[in-house]
Amino acid sequence: MWGIVGQRVFRHGSSAMSLQGTRPAFLASRSFSSAAKEMTVRDALNSAIDEEMSADPKVFLMGEEVGEYQGAYKITKGLLEKYGPDRVLDTPITEAGFTGIGVGAAYHGLKPIIEFMTFNFSMQAIDHIINSAAKSNYMSAGQISVPIVFRGPNGAAAGVGAQHSQCYASWFASCPGLKVLAPYSSEDARGLMKAAIRDPDPVVFLENELLYGESFPVSAEVLDSSFSLPIGKAKIEREGKDVTITAFSKMVGYALKAAEILSKEGISAEVINLRSIRPLDRATINSSVRKTNRLVTVEEGFPQHGIGAEICASVVEDSFEYLDAAIERIAGADVPMPYAANLERLAVPQVEDIVRAAKRTCYRSSSLAATA
Amino acid sequence: MASAFSATAKFAQPLPLNTTSSARSQDKLSPPALFDPFRTSSSAATSPFLGSTRQLLCKSNRPLSHRRSSSSSAVVAISDVKQKKPKSSSNLLITKEEGLELYEDMVLGRSFEDMCAQMYYRGKMFGFVHLYNGQEAVSTGFIKLLTKDDSVVSTYRDHVHALSKGVPARAVMSELFGKTTGCCRGQGGSMHMFSKEHNVLGGFAFIGEGIPVATGAAFTSKYKREVLKEPNSDHVTLAFFGDGTCNNGQFFECLNMAALWKLPIVFVVENNLWAIGMSHLRATSDPQIYKKGPAFGMPGVHVDGMDVLKVREVAKEAIGRARRGEGPTLVECETYRFRGHSLADPDELRDPAEKAHYAARDPISQLKTYMFENKLVNESELKAIDKKIDELVEEAVEFADESPVPDRSQLLENVFADPKGFGIGPDGRYRCEDPKFTQGTAQV
Repeated sequence: MWGIVGQRVFRHGSSAMSLQGTRPAFLASRSFSSAAKEMTVRDALNSAIDEEMSADPKVFLMGEEVGEYQGAYKITKGLLEKYGPDRVLDTPITEAGFTGIGVGAAYHGLKPIIEFMTFNFSMQAIDHIINSAAKSNYMSAGQISVPIVFRGPNGAAAGVGAQHSQCYASWFASCPGLKVLAPYSSEDARGLMKAAIRDPDPVVFLENELLYGESFPVSAEVLDSSFSLPIGKAKIEREGKDVTITAFSKMVGYALKAAEILSKEGISAEVINLRSIRPLDRATINSSVRKTNRLVTVEEGFPQHGIGAEICASVVEDSFEYLDAAIERIAGADVPMPYAANLERLAVPQVEDIVRAAKRTCYRSSSLAATA
Repeated sequence: MASAFSATAKFAQPLPLNTTSSARSQDKLSPPALFDPFRTSSSAATSPFLGSTRQLLCKSNRPLSHRRSSSSSAVVAISDVKQKKPKSSSNLLITKEEGLELYEDMVLGRSFEDMCAQMYYRGKMFGFVHLYNGQEAVSTGFIKLLTKDDSVVSTYRDHVHALSKGVPARAVMSELFGKTTGCCRGQGGSMHMFSKEHNVLGGFAFIGEGIPVATGAAFTSKYKREVLKEPNSDHVTLAFFGDGTCNNGQFFECLNMAALWKLPIVFVVENNLWAIGMSHLRATSDPQIYKKGPAFGMPGVHVDGMDVLKVREVAKEAIGRARRGEGPTLVECETYRFRGHSLADPDELRDPAEKAHYAARDPISQLKTYMFENKLVNESELKAIDKKIDELVEEAVEFADESPVPDRSQLLENVFADPKGFGIGPDGRYRCEDPKFTQGTAQV
């Protein structure tokens, strides 16, 4: 908990420094007319769902505790009062059942938003996500499309143990027929959620519990109700020329911090926020690697067959001659998430790991050993 | 009351529709107790079990029978009550046109499936093919009561459901041959029959997978009426599945939610007593599936699924209930598949005596006999229908044979409704074609 508050202060301080010189963090939000407002990711998601539900009566929300409890993580706060129990449905604890019901409703043109309390519970419903949602457009040769959104927190939280901490990005991203999105900032959350709801295909929307409370600056354009971001395009959060760091979700914050540290050591890192895991924006990644010639991929999930593995393969296939160093993959430890706080910190990538990996690609590290 | 209808007595009536005595004809033609106007709906919980398990139990030569003491209790013969209701033999259940329609549909299902078997052994069809021979009464009895807007969701044994719902035989046959003119352009196959035009929502290979999807389709019907305020939205969904599925978690989850939200759905169990080689009795703690309905707050009905007229009567009531907004119904149809589970199944575990018993109750011959008995049709009309269906199926095979296989370029089509992957903007066009395509503005 304190780690998060510390990060927030640090980041605001750094953005204020990079833009306008030092100001106290709490005043940063009121100073600039362009980045005038700050919004938490939670509010961003809530406002995006709210606006889409009011724009299109076919959009409805289904999940555990989304209604009267205001959302297990308060993302859907206020929606029950606004739209009534016909459109915000509290379900029994029956993931397989209600996910299938959502898919069946989507077959007939409604637009369900199915919330999983965490994506770990999506495993009870994964048959419907893959077999009846993702594959239906193909199996029916385009007759039946499934405009459904599966959303919920993904990845590790703090101290929740092995069964509540897995990152499912690579599992879902390997399945054709699904679109997989992972927002980082509030702008990402708002834009991608709106895009996902409007999209005619099944979208898996991977949020992160620890990001819900974080605030990010949002411009007026983002706050407009027709704002949305394209699915399948990554964002270059920070430009650089020495090494490319790709990340998604919470790891983008870590990568940005690592980039800050690296810049003090003379390494200019380019940070790519993937935003869309499937379809992966290979064009942006490859053009960045062709510019910097070095790559570090960062993800929170298990290393084998993960997002980093796919990015490595893609870069090796497309930009092999441009690589000056071996690609570094930073991922979570290859173990189920331990409970003890110190072990958990060791099982999830930290900023130091990213810094060390970037230095290794730049041949600046003294030893090749990857251990702490 | 149980003594009036001991299982052996029932067992001794091979062709229920063939009886001429008025008492028996009342008994056999009358619908089960649920829809008896003289009884309240709460009696559904005690609607008696008309006999599949009891019949099997009393066949002493069946190696797999289990003597279950529980099923010997309280087998109340509801037909006793039925006998009080006066029913003259001129008060028939169907008109001539309806009879011909039912006959034609069942014969279409039967010939089509027989032709599938032939084609499979000739190598024209491949993979998994699950045939519906023997169960036609369920499909015809239910689906012929639906409108085009109503939806049907089925399992892998879905050819005949698609045909009954109106998908042309040639489209289904081409799909099975894997040709591009199939109802899913060859991309679905035997187990995945989809048709948006006829509201056939699949075709699912996993048992139990179709039930939540059907529940969702029913949810849409209610949502459209209540939230989107479309007043004519009253379409009903039928979910067909088997006895094995009734032990699956998704089945119970959906019974709960359908009853909770009063969705317009009918859960139709095609209890053919076998899940591949697993007998229903060996797999289920309480084999009387219809009893699972009242546990969730909906009526549970058992009906003889080899008799299309009985099925039709029950279906009328169940579909009517759903359409009126009174909620779901669980209908257990006791039926039988004459062939193995699939064409790859050697079908060694089923007792030949059991097969013979049900073969004698072939739904098509029963309907034929009923129509002759009641002078609805004559021989030549039925022969004309037989000939017509034979020609139709032959023509479907020729059409499928001559159709082209899919192009190579079809491999990557239809993965997404929106293939460019950038999403569709609010104006309905692909967002990547929008000149104001943005990456976002905030500096983080």
